[in-house]
Amino acid sequence: MRRFLRPGHDPARERLKRDLFQFNKTVEHGFPHQPSALGYSPSLRILAIGTRSGAIKLYGAPGVEFMGLHRENNAVVQIHFLPGQCQLVTLLDDNSLHLWSLKVKSGVSELQEDESFTLRGPPGAAPSATQITVVLPHSSCQLLYLGTESGSVFMVQLPAFRALEDQTISSDAVLQRLPEEVRHRRAFEMVEALQEHPRDPNQILIGYSRGLVVIWDLQGSCVLCHFLSSQQLENVCWQRDGHLIVSCHSDGSYCQWPVSSDTLQLEPLRSCVPYGPFPCKAITKIFWLTTKQGLPFTIFQGGMPRASYGDRHCISVIHNGQQTAFDFTSRVIDFTVLIEANPEAALDDPYALVVLAEEELVVIDLQTAGWPPVQPPYLASLHCSAITCSHHVSNIPLKLWERIIAAGSRQNTHFSTMVGLAPAPAPPQPRARLAHELLRHLLQEWPIDGGTSLAPAPPQRDLLLTGHEDGTVRFWDASGVCLRLLYKLSTVRVFLTDTDPSESLSAQGEDEWPPLRKVGSFDPYSDDPRLGIQKIFLCRYSGYLAVAGTAGQVLVLELNDEAAEHAVEQVEADLLQDQEGYRWKGHERLCARPGPVHFEPGFQPFVLVQCQPPAVVTSLALHSEWRLVAFGTSHGFGLFDHQQRRQVFVKCTLHPNDQLALEGPLSRVKSLKKSLRQSFRRIRRSRVSSRKRRPAGPPGEVQEGSSRAERTGLQNMELAPVQRKIEARSAEDSFTGFVRTLYFADTYLRDSSRHCPSLWAGTNGGTVYAFALRVPPAERRMDEPVRAEQAKEIQLMHRAPVVGILVLDGHSVPLPEPLEVAHDLSKSPDMQGSHQLLVVSEEQFKVFTLPKVSARLKLKLTALEGSRVRRVSAARFGSCRAEDYGEHHLAVLTNLGDIQVVSLPLLKPQVRYSCIRREDVSGIASCVFTKYGQGFYLISPSEFERFSLSTKWLVEPRCLVDSAETKNYSRLHDRSGPEKASGRARNSGSQSDGEGVLKEIQSTLEGDRGSCGDWRSPRVAVGYSLSNGGGCS
Amino acid sequence: MNRSFHKSQTLRFYDCSAVEVKSKFGAEFRRFSLDRQKPGKFEDFYKLVVHTHHISNTEVTIGYADVHGDLLPINNDDNFCKAVSSANPLLRVFIQKREEAERCSFGVGSLSRRRRPLALREDGPRRRTHLHIGLPHDFRPVSSIIDVDILPETHRRVRLYRHGCQKPLGFYIRDGTSVRVAPQGLEKVPGIFISRMVPGGLAESTGLLAVDDEVLEVNGIEVAGKTLDQVTDMMIANSHNLIVTVKPANQRNNVVRGSRALGSSGRSSDSTASRHSLPTAHVLQNLPPDEMESDEEADVVLEGVLEPRLVPRPPPGSLARVNGAGLAPGLHSPGREGSVQRLLSSLRSDPRHSLALPPGGVEEHGPAVTL
Repeated sequence: MRRFLRPGHDPARERLKRDLFQFNKTVEHGFPHQPSALGYSPSLRILAIGTRSGAIKLYGAPGVEFMGLHRENNAVVQIHFLPGQCQLVTLLDDNSLHLWSLKVKSGVSELQEDESFTLRGPPGAAPSATQITVVLPHSSCQLLYLGTESGSVFMVQLPAFRALEDQTISSDAVLQRLPEEVRHRRAFEMVEALQEHPRDPNQILIGYSRGLVVIWDLQGSCVLCHFLSSQQLENVCWQRDGHLIVSCHSDGSYCQWPVSSDTLQLEPLRSCVPYGPFPCKAITKIFWLTTKQGLPFTIFQGGMPRASYGDRHCISVIHNGQQTAFDFTSRVIDFTVLIEANPEAALDDPYALVVLAEEELVVIDLQTAGWPPVQPPYLASLHCSAITCSHHVSNIPLKLWERIIAAGSRQNTHFSTMVGLAPAPAPPQPRARLAHELLRHLLQEWPIDGGTSLAPAPPQRDLLLTGHEDGTVRFWDASGVCLRLLYKLSTVRVFLTDTDPSESLSAQGEDEWPPLRKVGSFDPYSDDPRLGIQKIFLCRYSGYLAVAGTAGQVLVLELNDEAAEHAVEQVEADLLQDQEGYRWKGHERLCARPGPVHFEPGFQPFVLVQCQPPAVVTSLALHSEWRLVAFGTSHGFGLFDHQQRRQVFVKCTLHPNDQLALEGPLSRVKSLKKSLRQSFRRIRRSRVSSRKRRPAGPPGEVQEGSSRAERTGLQNMELAPVQRKIEARSAEDSFTGFVRTLYFADTYLRDSSRHCPSLWAGTNGGTVYAFALRVPPAERRMDEPVRAEQAKEIQLMHRAPVVGILVLDGHSVPLPEPLEVAHDLSKSPDMQGSHQLLVVSEEQFKVFTLPKVSARLKLKLTALEGSRVRRVSAARFGSCRAEDYGEHHLAVLTNLGDIQVVSLPLLKPQVRYSCIRREDVSGIASCVFTKYGQGFYLISPSEFERFSLSTKWLVEPRCLVDSAETKNYSRLHDRSGPEKASGRARNSGSQSDGEGVLKEIQSTLEGDRGSCGDWRSPRVAVGYSLSNGGGCS
Repeated sequence: MNRSFHKSQTLRFYDCSAVEVKSKFGAEFRRFSLDRQKPGKFEDFYKLVVHTHHISNTEVTIGYADVHGDLLPINNDDNFCKAVSSANPLLRVFIQKREEAERCSFGVGSLSRRRRPLALREDGPRRRTHLHIGLPHDFRPVSSIIDVDILPETHRRVRLYRHGCQKPLGFYIRDGTSVRVAPQGLEKVPGIFISRMVPGGLAESTGLLAVDDEVLEVNGIEVAGKTLDQVTDMMIANSHNLIVTVKPANQRNNVVRGSRALGSSGRSSDSTASRHSLPTAHVLQNLPPDEMESDEEADVVLEGVLEPRLVPRPPPGSLARVNGAGLAPGLHSPGREGSVQRLLSSLRSDPRHSLALPPGGVEEHGPAVTL
């Protein structure tokens, strides 16, 4: 009667639990969802991005990240750093202003909100009177000028946000100081631009929307000069020396106005419509930047010919006779140009263009000829094609890591390295060609490098693989705070698709006008939804990769450092096995490209198994030691020998009554009424819990308080009469044959004296099939066939879907991964004691003895808590106190978004934390656990939240930003720049993960293996992922 | 515990007053007849049976196949009467030696196609002496009201038995608002209610649950604070042995207890106030825990099934077995009638197996089940 003992009353165990488990959401990887504002501090060299949900995120050098969340969930409209300070002001769309600062606490900077403020007008004034359109932080850092819709400029004192009402520059006051002839037609227009004189803090420029620009003397309260344009004003740029003003207008023109003491300027010095003569869209922002060469850079947003290119999102760069219109695939939110930060410097000398588009951040190197893009070390657009699945591999061996990086570096040649002006690296040593390549890849300088990352070097190399809708798999370095793209694999080449994949972006003609150039990687359009990747399995020791997709395709790939051209062997797996009378009404299977195909270095497919019917692959397992790959769909599962390229067996799991599974996804009959009801319910839910992120504060254990709050929330909401049927599951339910999980194990399947290779499969209907395998010994591996025989079939009587299968060895430790023991990275499993089988269904955890499958233990989840298992994975939890102490447990995510740790082998719940909102179905579906107690899930289509359950394995940003440090900072592209920058980084002990890896690679190449010993301890015991279906959930 | 079956007990009268009886003991059988209207006493019947089979010196139990094909006992006047009256037209009587009979006990599904017998009967180590009074041995329990003594009068704890019953559980639940008495006065809280009964379903047929009853607990776990989906999942996960505590919308049929007024009818939420349900440590007080355990359905393990796609029939050594807490160890050995029955019943209950076992394989498997 174990379960009647109350858990958690052993104080020693409680203490140990505190040493082992701890829940933290640590980093958000990827690109912020729905960005709405961009800010940049040239002195701190830190970039800020605001989002529509009220978050602000700060990014500096790789690893330097901060995140803040406004209490109000309003969109961030503008972000302004106070010049030279670690402070910034945000404007939200509710017209409130917020002052944030980076404060150093116990050696680490933290972002916090200090003050907030809403501008109040005089009583009775229209709301537009105080609707802020422009914010100008004055260089004194004491004052904030706020331009409003009414045309008034308000002055607010910082940091307390004290409104200086007597100093308001009303539009009337400005008008009175203007000559008579301008005055009459200029009433009540909004402030479009506010700029401080680059040299003289007493002058500010005020631009009004109808085209009037004045320079206002703050002390004398008078108009120093004014400019009048015939077009609606969009924005203004003041040349660095203050002698020239460039205004841009709604008709797509920009004008240059010399600033002189003659008060009246009737005509601009020069006016130009860059994409004329036909009507053009507005130029909404312009930069006019001086360079050493004398010719300025003109960079502006918009201005494209309205009729033919009005729908493009373009930023044009004009310099020295060159003109390029960078064409973005998503809307441009804002952009900025990185220029000389020292205000004393005479020239701007721009070196990078930073563009925040709706779906990605693009940085263009303005100093290298051709203006190539720079690959950002963070803010990667995870969703450049929608993410369809993800797979995490912990502790990648160095060799594989190097090879993947090498393959990836060849793909990134179009990126700028931004080291053009740095001293050329020493000539490559004979054996270090690879290292040289890597060097090039990793030494890429990132112009936004403020702050210092104090986080320790990541303890191991982790890969996160994401599968995408367009048939690509992206390999991300998930070791540290920066999720960086290492390599991209496309499976499209193997198939014949409608569009020619060779159609490249550079197809633009030479002398085309406007000179458009596509930049960025965001491309949400998939040629063929069948290409979508559904399951990924990488063996980190052998470099074998299995990838399975929507149309039942299973590819086995091998890492090859050289380009190759070969034919991919095709095999069809008929999962229906002569079952008569079935008609697949879903999509056709993909057509493989006949003949040899050229593959670039990297993972190259050599076998293609196509399931018939071509239903989506729902589970996948690869055993690289036995050279076997197992795959399952809603119809059954199969085993393929990729060494002999021969199918071993297929097993149909279909229930004959299950028509839905047979017909395929397209014909799935769904009641319109039901789906309407569901969507209304969803809308209502989302309205109730529109706060996507929980407000700051440690995410704690599930507390009574939150459920109470939820209950009161429910109280206020009109409850909809939604009803649910209570019915026991039966064998006739739909999709019972759906294979949810596949697992290879070397265990005692038949009798307790001999262990043998086995394959386990779990279905949606609660059935577990076990097949005994006979794999010929290595020397006869090619001669004898692999044989399989069904040894067991377990029908769980509660019939809940099986989501995980795991075999525990005699010490109750999960069996190691294939090849792990061979590589001395794991202890051999204990084959003396009796093995146990763990079957995890959505409702229960159950431990059975082996070989006689009799139930030993179980933990019921659903019956007691009403939650169901969505994801489960075995993980090793290290203790934060004892260096080598660790325990293997199950990390479990439920459909309520809770994360639990369940002990092995006794199945005792250890801890429970609420992690994901239960309404966030896609977040829950996207969750992956690592083998050391961390995990990732999507908080938006483009962002992974990283969390940790472990006290020991915690990857979180720890960084320091100091305004004093940056005072005497010199620009990157000065000759001494890179050296200095990297020197500083090394001295302060910080290692961006790139540098760390590089160092290690170098040391390896020099044959100094000892130096990387800390990367992998010889006794690393590793966790084991339970292969987990989830495509249907 | 006596419930709704009383009305079904009314005797039917057939034109033919004689009932043909086919009595079987081991491999041999006897035929005789009984008067349908006046079947007489059980004792006389027992004597008649042992006499006809010449087994007067052995202790036997007598059972019969009811219309559903279930093996039900005849051990008192009432069920004898019922057996005779329900014979249609043949009354098939099975005689077993007492010790055998106790291993393979009566109950639903024990005779033929359905699943395991239920756990209400005396079984295994907990066997008590037979009480030859009108225990509801011969009837399939479908529901019961339990814990009457510890619940407030306004609440009702209903247990639904789904074993062997082909009826669906058959009800729907919905979100709703319930009014509670709180220190500050009346308070509206979200609640879960029964929204619909499936006609002909188990829930409806018991008459113990009704539309608009508020669901307070599911198998001892309070539903307060849980979503509709959570409660649905809990009920489905417990569907093999579902115990729901409800506050009936109609409070007029409550059990009235004389002196012990536990709850005044105005209160609604207090029944479980003293019990903080700890998920893992939860017990329903009134149910012996092992009964709950043994009640659970066990998983079926089929061993050594076919070589995929090659062998058309199971290898001779193949056997199925059921594992679970409630089984006597003797049942695991192959060949015993009980386990074969189990195998067959489990196979039959799951037509999916027809994919693995060729049609007809079940019937071929042993003569023991040609019933």
